[in-house]
Order: sequence, then structure tokens, then C-alpha cells
Amino acid sequence: MQQANRLRPFFENLAFDREDSQMIINFGPQHPSAHGQLRLILHLDGEQVVKANPDIGYLHRGMEKMAENMIYNEFLPTTDRMDYIASSSNNYGFALAVEKLLGIEEQVPRRAKIIRTMLLELNRIVSHEFWLATHALDVGAMSVFLYAFREREWALDLIEDYCGARLTHSAIRIGGVPLDLPDGWTGHLAGYLDKVERAVREDYEALLDENRIWKMRLENVGIIDQEMARSWGTSGIMLRGSGYHWDLRKEMPYEIYSELDFDIPVTDKCDSYGRYKLYMEEMRQSIKILRQLIPLYHQSEAKLMANVPQYISAPKEQIMTQNYSLMQHFVLVTQGMRPPVGEVYVATESPKGELGFYINSQGEPYPYRLKIRTPSFFHTGILQDLLPGHQLADVVTIIGSTNIVFGEVDR
Amino acid sequence: MREYKPKDNVQAKAYYNDRFYVAPQLAKLDPNSDEIFGSDVSKLKANFEILEAYIQKDELVIFINYSKNVEVLKFLRDELNYSFLMEMSAVDFLAKRNGFEIFYEMLSLTKRKRIRVKTFLAKGLAIETVENLFRSANFAEREMFDMFGIQVNNHSFLKRIMMPDDWNGHPLLKTYPLQGDESAQWYEVDKIFGKEAREIIGPEIRDSARVDRYDTERFARLGHEVAKGTDISKSEPNTDNHQFQEKGGVFLVKNLNKSQKILTEQERRDR
Repeated sequence: MQQANRLRPFFENLAFDREDSQMIINFGPQHPSAHGQLRLILHLDGEQVVKANPDIGYLHRGMEKMAENMIYNEFLPTTDRMDYIASSSNNYGFALAVEKLLGIEEQVPRRAKIIRTMLLELNRIVSHEFWLATHALDVGAMSVFLYAFREREWALDLIEDYCGARLTHSAIRIGGVPLDLPDGWTGHLAGYLDKVERAVREDYEALLDENRIWKMRLENVGIIDQEMARSWGTSGIMLRGSGYHWDLRKEMPYEIYSELDFDIPVTDKCDSYGRYKLYMEEMRQSIKILRQLIPLYHQSEAKLMANVPQYISAPKEQIMTQNYSLMQHFVLVTQGMRPPVGEVYVATESPKGELGFYINSQGEPYPYRLKIRTPSFFHTGILQDLLPGHQLADVVTIIGSTNIVFGEVDR
Repeated sequence: MREYKPKDNVQAKAYYNDRFYVAPQLAKLDPNSDEIFGSDVSKLKANFEILEAYIQKDELVIFINYSKNVEVLKFLRDELNYSFLMEMSAVDFLAKRNGFEIFYEMLSLTKRKRIRVKTFLAKGLAIETVENLFRSANFAEREMFDMFGIQVNNHSFLKRIMMPDDWNGHPLLKTYPLQGDESAQWYEVDKIFGKEAREIIGPEIRDSARVDRYDTERFARLGHEVAKGTDISKSEPNTDNHQFQEKGGVFLVKNLNKSQKILTEQERRDR
């Protein structure tokens, strides 16, 4: 017996009753190169895309709602699950937003800032390598996947040595970092940087740069002109790939980026190949930054958390020896910190683009409203303007070159 | 006497509140304290009614009338070079002020400044879309409609974006509980089995902290499985993980035999 409200199988993949040659197909939500749970409803005329409609929400976990029901420190591990390719950058974006709200961003010790910057740049390398691996795999260059994942594994080993986790790090806390680097870690890092620098030059670029198939599939595909990039609020490489000279690390510096020497690669090619070149160049710049950070780390004083007992728990030694610190720690853990009334919007340059946290605080231990501005959300939206006119085979290339991660799109 | 629990805000609240605690305010600075913001505000004031303007944490905040949102954003984009709309959404103030605060985060690449345009929208009113100025509002306004139920006039495709199309309620409202309301409990049951199966299946347990450990009917004992429907309220069988197997076993799946493992415990530790 049929019930009206029951879920029935139906042939939504094909529209049979149309007069023209148009066909409507579902791309996803379980497509291997949809980079997660993206469902694209494509209207095709022959093999050409006429209309594209991205359908998202398959990974929606209600993080903004969860944030309203958690104290600030409780929410921090949840941010790992947004951009799970580079989770430290999410931790950092949230931690910095809360620090700005509390007004303690200047009191974070220098060593903590250096370790954070190291983690952010290491995450950028990991994210770009993951992007290259999956993108090349989608386009058909399988061996690149193996090389890129090898270097990614080594970077994950380094992060695991530091914080014990490979994917969901939670390695950055509000007010600093919880741990110092283990002995000999910077030596391992320096060795890794040499390896990855060689790999970028001799493996990835040697395989892809002049590869005929790679160039044919990427050049002049997915052209985002300046107006489209502006109108869609793109950020990160999507923006720099369209000729805008804008990187938050340079233009609105945070942490110790203002002291470091690095360049922002920009191209006005506007196509997928131009963006691929930017990813390669950004990895080199991250290596350059990390090399500068190693001596800075050794010069810095061994202090890791901001000393603001009102908001941040005192060091362990103090908690165990002084009664008042123990009481403060107990209050902070059970009730949470109470930031001032006000609102902040703090944006950082995550590997994908501008990751912003809007926090509206009413003086309670729970945020009144927390809005997460993720770059991938808008980079998914741009597909509806970008895909029409392209061939069906180019859809995979374009999705790959937008570098979207669905943990971040759906939150 | 029973504790009073307000219905208009069911979000988590502080357990302990000091009666004499007054929360400090983030400083609101005069917009003229910054040269660029000062001239921006004076130009805005010459053209529009600006209800309030201040600088908070290096960012200019201006309040406008909700009916003027398109004009102000167009002016900011074309005249003042704030050409990027990075984010827009709403904050629920239904309980306190019977309306929403909508904010637009604008960015200027040339000035390296951010402006937050805010407006108050009373309950039941709709706001005009800014999609024609910034395509990014296409997705952002859909999300706002999905999460708060705020209607957006003249939007090209105002449809739910995160939640299913036939979902009841708007999740980010303060009146909406974290684990979902009653219709959320029945959503999947109705969808998959039909309404008439409600009595057989029962509501979905959406709160992971409320799982009944004695329930052997509905997958509540993951990792400690017993046969379906076994009464374990008196004594719990001492089940090892992976020990329980359905009668006759599972097709093509071997029962785990620990003594036949390739590595012994000692070997595994030495590895």
C-alpha cells in the first residue's frame, strides 16, 4: 500500500517529459569528487551545463546552535570539525576572536604566538597538499596523490608529536597554547621542510607543470573574473587567483606575521591553472615562514599561556599550590568565563580563505550568538554562476579548484 | 515551588549568577577618533539617517533603518569603496525586543577597514534582498531565512539551505531547543516508515544524554549488544564487545575468534 508521506524511490535523475534536449542530473551527494556531501543539480544541454544549483546541508550539525549552548572553552574542540583538513586554523580563528572579545590578545606570550604561527603554517602546507592530491586525483593524475599524501603524512606525524592528534588537533587554546614543543621537534621540522621543498619542486611541479593533460584540463577552465570574485565575497586563493592583492596575513596582520618576511603570490589568469600555481607558491612561502620561525622559537622565553586569572586558568603549578588560584580555576571550568558585553568580528586567513567568527556576547558565559563565516560556504555558492557554459567533465575540475570542505560549508 | 523556566529562551544558562555582578562593556569609541571612519560616517550622515555610529574593536558599527538597507549598502559599495560583503546574518532578540538584529559585514580592500551595518527588524516584517548588489547575499540570506525564518523580499531563490525543505521550525531561534522540538523527534520516523508506524517505533531519541541503557529494542546499547527485547532490568549479562552474534551468524561474516588472532597480546605490545 502506498502512503502519501512515505519516502519513495523515484527517478529524479532523469526528466523524461521534456521537449528539448535538456537533461537534469544529480551530481552527488555521494560523488567521489564532490569533496564531501555536495549535491549539484545540473541542467545539461548535451554535455554543456546550462544551469547549476548546489544543494548543501548534508553535513549540517548545527555548530552555531551548539555554540550558544556551550561555554567558550567547551566549544573550542567543536571547531576542529569544521575544516577538518586543517583544524588548527579553525581553533586559532575561534581562540583569537574570544581573545579579542576579552581584550587579552596582546597578553598572549611570545612563545605561544610563535608555536601558533608554526601550527598555522604547517596546517596550510597540509591543507594545500591534501588539495593537490585530491584535485589531481579527480582530474586523473593518480601518482600525484601518492606523493602528496606521503608529505602530508610526515606533516601529520609532526603535529602528532606535538599535540597527540593527527586530524582534530585542538592544539590552540584561548589565551595561548597548552604545551611547549617536544625536544628535538624543531630539528625534525627543519628536516621535513627540506623534504617538502624538494617534493614541491621535483615531484608535484615536475609531474604537473608542463603536463599536457593537466594543462588542457585546467587552463581556461573555471574563469572567475574580478567582478564575480568581488560580488561573491571570495577570499584566499580564489580571490588572489583573480588578481586581487589581498591576504589578511599581510593586510591586517595578526600573531607575528608582521615581523616575518614572505610574499603573497597573485595571478590575473583567473583560471584553475593559475590557482594551482598559487597553491604551489604558497607552500613555498609557508616553508619560508616556518624556517624563520625556528630561530625565533629558540630565542623566546618559555611561557605559554596568558596570565589573566579572571578569564584563563592559572598555570598548573600555581593551581596546585595556591588556594585562590584553585578556586578561580574551579569557577572557570564549571561556570566558564564571562566576557564583556559587546560584539566582535575577527577574520583570519585560513588555508581556504577568510575564516571569520562573529561573536555577540551579552556578558553571559555562553555566547548569545556565534556566526561562523567560512570561505567554503561562499565558494560553493559561486558554483551556480561559475559552472554554466562549461562541459560536464569540467565540473569536477572546477569543484576541485574551489577547494571546498563540507565540514566547513555546512558547519 | 517549581523553578521558573522561561519559554522564550530555552538555551543553556549560567547555573550560578552573582546578584551584584555587572558585566563590563566593550568600549565604544567615537567614529571621529579614526580618520577614515570619521569621514565615512560624515558622508553617510549627509545622505542617510544614521541612528547610531561607534567604533568597537577597530570596526565601525552603524545602525540604520531596515527599509534603507539596499541604499546604504549601495552607497557603501559605490561611493565609499566597501566593495565586499563578507557575511550577513541575524541575531534573535525576540524575547527582549520582539525582533531581530540583522548585520552586514563589509570589507574595503583599498582602505583595509571593516564596517558592520546593523539594523533592527521587528517580528513579522520582511527585509529587502541585497542579492542584486552582492551575489554572496544569495546564499547568506537563504541561510538566514532557514535559521530564523526571516522573510527576504525579492530574493531569487528563497529556499531552505541547511535543513530539509519540509522541516518544521527554525533552529537558531532562542525558542528552539538544542535537541530539536517535538516534530523533529518524528521527522525521520514519518518520512521512512509513515505516520502509522509511530506507535511501533516511538520517537527518535535526539538527546544523547537521555539514552536508556535498559532499552534493548532501539540500538541503545552499541558495543554491549544483547538479543533484541531481552529484559535486562534485573541483571545485565556480562557481554564482551563483539561477543553477541545473531542466531545463525551473519552471511559471509566470520565470528571473531580471539584465540585465532594473528598477533598475541605480547607480540602486539612488543611491536
